Amino acid sequence: MSSTTIPARRGPMAILARTGRMIMPAIVLFWLAMAFFGYWVAPYDPAGIQDADLFEGMSRKFWLGTDYFGRDMLSRIVAGARYTVGISLMATSLAVASGVLLGLAASAIGGFFDAAVSRFLDALISIPSKMFGLVLVAAFGASIPVLVMTLAVIYLPGCYRINRSVAVNVAALDFVAVARARGESTLYIMLREILPNMIGPVLADFGLRFIYVVLLLSSLSFLGLGVQPPQADWGSLVRENMPGLPYGAPAVIMPAIAIASLTIAVNLTIDSVFGRHTREGVR
Amino acid sequence: MEPLIDIRDLRIRARTAEGQDIEIVKGVSFSVRRGEVMGLIGESGSGKTTIALATMGYARYGCRIAGGTIRIGDIAVTSLDEKGLQQLRGQKIAYIAQSAAASFNPSRPIMAQVIESALIHGLMGEAAAREKAISLFRAMAIPQPETIGNRYPHQVSGGQLQRLMAAMALITDPDVVIFDEPTTALDVTTQIEVLKAFKEAIRDRNTTGIYVTHDLAVIAQIADSITVLRHGEVQEIATTSQLISNPRHEYSQKLLAAAEPALRPSPVTDRQARPLLRVSGMSAGYGLTGKDGMPAVPVLRDIDLTIGRGRALGVIGESGCGKSTLARVIAGLTPASRGTVTLDGIDLAPGIAGRSREQLREIQLVFQMADTALNPKVTIDEIIGRPLTFFFGMKGAARDRRVRELLDLTRLPATVQHRFPGDLSGGQKQRVNFARALAAQPKLLLCDEVTSALDTVVAAAILDLMAELRRELGLTTMFISHDLKTIRAICDDIMVLYSGRVVETMPAAALETGRHHPYAGLLLGSVPALRTDWLESTEAASLQVQGVPPALSSGGCAFFPRCTLAEPGRCNTEVPPFRDYPGGIGAACFRLAAE
Amino acid sequence: MNATIGRLLLTRLVAAILTLWFVATVVFVITNLLPGDVAQELLGQSATPEAVAGLRKALGLDLPPWQRYLEWLWKMVQGDAGRSLVNGSPVAALIGSRLGNSLILAGITALVAVPVALVLGITAAVHRGSVYDRVVGAGTVLAVSVPEFLVASAAVLVFAVQLRWVPALSQLGRLETVLDVVRTFALPVLTLTFVIVAQMARMTRAALVDVLSSSYIEMARLKGAGQARIVVWHALPNAIGPIANAIAFSLSFLLGGVIIVETIFNYPGIAKLMVDGVSTRDLPLVQACAMLFCGAYLLLVTMADVAAILANPRLRHR
Ligand SMILES: Nc1ncnc2c1ncn2[C@@H]1O[C@H](COP(=O)(O)OP(=O)(O)O)[C@@H](O)[C@H]1O
Ligand code: SF4
Ligand SMILES: [Mg+2]
Repeated sequence: MSSTTIPARRGPMAILARTGRMIMPAIVLFWLAMAFFGYWVAPYDPAGIQDADLFEGMSRKFWLGTDYFGRDMLSRIVAGARYTVGISLMATSLAVASGVLLGLAASAIGGFFDAAVSRFLDALISIPSKMFGLVLVAAFGASIPVLVMTLAVIYLPGCYRINRSVAVNVAALDFVAVARARGESTLYIMLREILPNMIGPVLADFGLRFIYVVLLLSSLSFLGLGVQPPQADWGSLVRENMPGLPYGAPAVIMPAIAIASLTIAVNLTIDSVFGRHTREGVR
Repeated sequence: MEPLIDIRDLRIRARTAEGQDIEIVKGVSFSVRRGEVMGLIGESGSGKTTIALATMGYARYGCRIAGGTIRIGDIAVTSLDEKGLQQLRGQKIAYIAQSAAASFNPSRPIMAQVIESALIHGLMGEAAAREKAISLFRAMAIPQPETIGNRYPHQVSGGQLQRLMAAMALITDPDVVIFDEPTTALDVTTQIEVLKAFKEAIRDRNTTGIYVTHDLAVIAQIADSITVLRHGEVQEIATTSQLISNPRHEYSQKLLAAAEPALRPSPVTDRQARPLLRVSGMSAGYGLTGKDGMPAVPVLRDIDLTIGRGRALGVIGESGCGKSTLARVIAGLTPASRGTVTLDGIDLAPGIAGRSREQLREIQLVFQMADTALNPKVTIDEIIGRPLTFFFGMKGAARDRRVRELLDLTRLPATVQHRFPGDLSGGQKQRVNFARALAAQPKLLLCDEVTSALDTVVAAAILDLMAELRRELGLTTMFISHDLKTIRAICDDIMVLYSGRVVETMPAAALETGRHHPYAGLLLGSVPALRTDWLESTEAASLQVQGVPPALSSGGCAFFPRCTLAEPGRCNTEVPPFRDYPGGIGAACFRLAAE
Repeated sequence: MNATIGRLLLTRLVAAILTLWFVATVVFVITNLLPGDVAQELLGQSATPEAVAGLRKALGLDLPPWQRYLEWLWKMVQGDAGRSLVNGSPVAALIGSRLGNSLILAGITALVAVPVALVLGITAAVHRGSVYDRVVGAGTVLAVSVPEFLVASAAVLVFAVQLRWVPALSQLGRLETVLDVVRTFALPVLTLTFVIVAQMARMTRAALVDVLSSSYIEMARLKGAGQARIVVWHALPNAIGPIANAIAFSLSFLLGGVIIVETIFNYPGIAKLMVDGVSTRDLPLVQACAMLFCGAYLLLVTMADVAAILANPRLRHR
């Protein structure tokens, strides 16, 4: 350990690492594109029953096999990106935007406002996320707007906590004191002095939060409590094809792999852009 | 005679955060004879610590020894394996680090850590090791030598921990001891005791050592010869007396000049100049305000001060005594809980919200850490231009012109205007810091430790700039520092703070003469002078009480626990009144009043 | 134990109880904000107004909300969670019949996961930067990024479908031989362990790396201490707090994990009960299960806090 030598970064490992750095963002972009255009680029009608057996394996014709109705899995997954990626993106944006706003305000205003908001949201953190999801769905049902709100509410407290601590750290720096001593307004201090210095951590947190939201949404759908038929996100696809599991049908495993490809790609993209340390301490 | 330590063409490489592989020590060679101490001096980042650690065959995470040889006696350190290195470390060479507080394991009692290396290397039994540790504690003048080892690190003061760490290094009677800035983290009045203890230990044991520091005056007391480093390269190697009397290399000359900053002449010599700032009866602190109107954490009590127009007041005191808080109170960032702040005859509201924009403009603050005082996401143009727009409504070409004038005034190249703070060096950032304050055309400039984070040579240039600005703009300044030499170089009057109270005020000229408050006297006597025999000749160390201070009953003199002149029964029960003495000195001390 | 520690522990305990109360309030408010009328919904559109009114009265829905809240809270405190809206049996009995199963599942998982995670995390931290560390790092990122049901499905595919070592579904039938136990619990435990180990190993590594990069560890190296001594004597005592925190926090992932795992393996535990309750909108059941899960979570988090306080030398030796 002591006279540490760092292994030189050459050879196959390095090439792998370099291509890896390119591939991961590419996968993220691919799924983003599918969220918008998936429905149109799908090879078959995602809802159309094809001339095929149920739970067919992979073939030339149906790259990822068919589902329990004999529909083309590839088309259903590509079309499902709209729900998984779309809902998650909306929910994450909502949670992060409110978290940043509240965190900024708490750090710039401080005092009672800060204490009240912090206490309240910190208490909400002690409801495990899946549990919180179940309770909210039990109460409000599972329409898509409700799902977006539910996911945003669940992740808002964590988002707030991170952003508040980042904002408080920035607000303690001397240049903020200089601006205060000059007589600048709270709004100017929030937007011009503090916010620009939060961009990095906010983006990293956005990525991590997005992963959590995707996983939670998929879990809810998998339990039948998320996106409802006939609409189907990737979690729903796994659920509706579970009967194919004993036959080893790709219809079960492929949507799950789609989820994993998205979350892993986002994860590794964050790592390569922001460094490995961002993750630690994030809830 | 064969040198005991011999370093030849040492090269150390490191991987930066961006993944680049760079050379941080570029072919350094020097040698140290048995029984001598070699000083390594240089600015931060010049590779001092890296070289010192390399002599133990150690490189920090991310660094590696890439070339050269290191010999300790007949051991070739660079070709030892892990086992060999373990046997070398702690037994043949020992290390004393900068921060003792961080270098002791918080979970283990002190004694167990002090004797650890003796036990690891199987040099003696546990009982014998304890015996030896206690005798070392005695030699280091550590109070309560018998029992201090049972305590945990957080239960012991910084100065004592530093000496305990020396005992930890000496327990195995190593051939070589590495001192890595061992007094830098200490207050100057604590530093002197530690230095004395080190020097005695070195002399008594005929220790061979490498002493790393950035402070020429400190190293002059300890080292026999000095290696001057810059950017990982040796600039000059000379004996200590030669280096401080007759440095050959240009960089050494600069270092020497900066170590004893010359007095900058004052533009306003009239002590009776019309007051610009007057603070009276002011108390302040942090936390919620209690029933008695005082904050939960009181920091400053009953502060009175005046600064004459165009004059510079230096505020000195150890860290945590409330210097920065004083500046914040005057600027309105920390509202005073009692007393008044008057600028140009007008009482200012305690908080920013209650002050007019004009009043805010007239007082400007310059902070210590230029790194945190400049918003890294904003261009220099915007940083300096914002006050112009905010206070004077300047825009477009007019503002642009004024920004360039200010850059010129602070001796910054015009090319930095559209850069970001991250692109600038430490000294340049501090100049931008000044330019921003000057943009507001203030009457009063509050400078909080503006040179403390800079390397001495850079700091000297900033002092020149300040003197120039005072001369050209007639600025009134309050200059806060923990370093007496800096204050003396630039200030007309000096105010000494101790534990939140003013204990003495004096004209700068009275520093060397006159009778002082016991704390001020201790402070003056503790600042190392740039001559090799200063440590032997100073009496400062005997000016303070050692050991566990008696409890301070509320209301007494704050300095009572450390004061050798203290009069128990009086000093610890009444607050000494502030009186005037000959030579323009004012002080709060019963003893001084009685004489 | 000294006064400061006592006071801190008491503060934690009070905070945990207050939080639980807050959570209970949130759960109550959410489940009573229902847009529709529970009574109407239960009886269907064809029910007569009298019948609906009768049921409303029976459910206490005619009372003002705060009164219902107080009553509900008081009953909860006493352990009375009301009756199921679906089959009318007491919720407490329903939960009681399932709780043991879930606890066994969680217990076995913890027994397997904690040692594995600690070994992985500690060895990775000690060999920081090595190939081993990077493999563990990459593996754990992958594991925390995939949904539990992918792990579960993959496990079923491999061990039940391909290899036929274990049955795909857990049915707590006969547990007579050790083999029965293993066959029943293997896949659920494997799935849960997979997810939790990754989380716990990452946090343990981070905690230990933090300690290992401190100055006193460097000092120990410079005193000539060997690797084993540095890790065991110097580093671990200072990492106990953070590691306990990592364990407790990761175990709280179990709470989410069991929801998926019990569903996918059809395991008769409490999470399955709750999911069924949500599907049928059996609110008293959902409320009670939610409180149980939140209580468990708070218990874990509080235990982590307590461990951190007890392990802090600055607090222990005043
Ligand atoms: N924001 C704060 N809240 C509470 N205490 C503070 C705060 N800032 C400073 N202090 C305390 O006030 C005392 C004086 O601090 P400061 O004025 O920064 O001293 P100096 O500048 O002389 O080092 C210290 O004990 C410090 O810990
Ligand atoms: S008042 Fe007493 S204790 Fe205070 S400095 Fe003077 S002699 Fe010392
Ligand atoms: Mg200060």
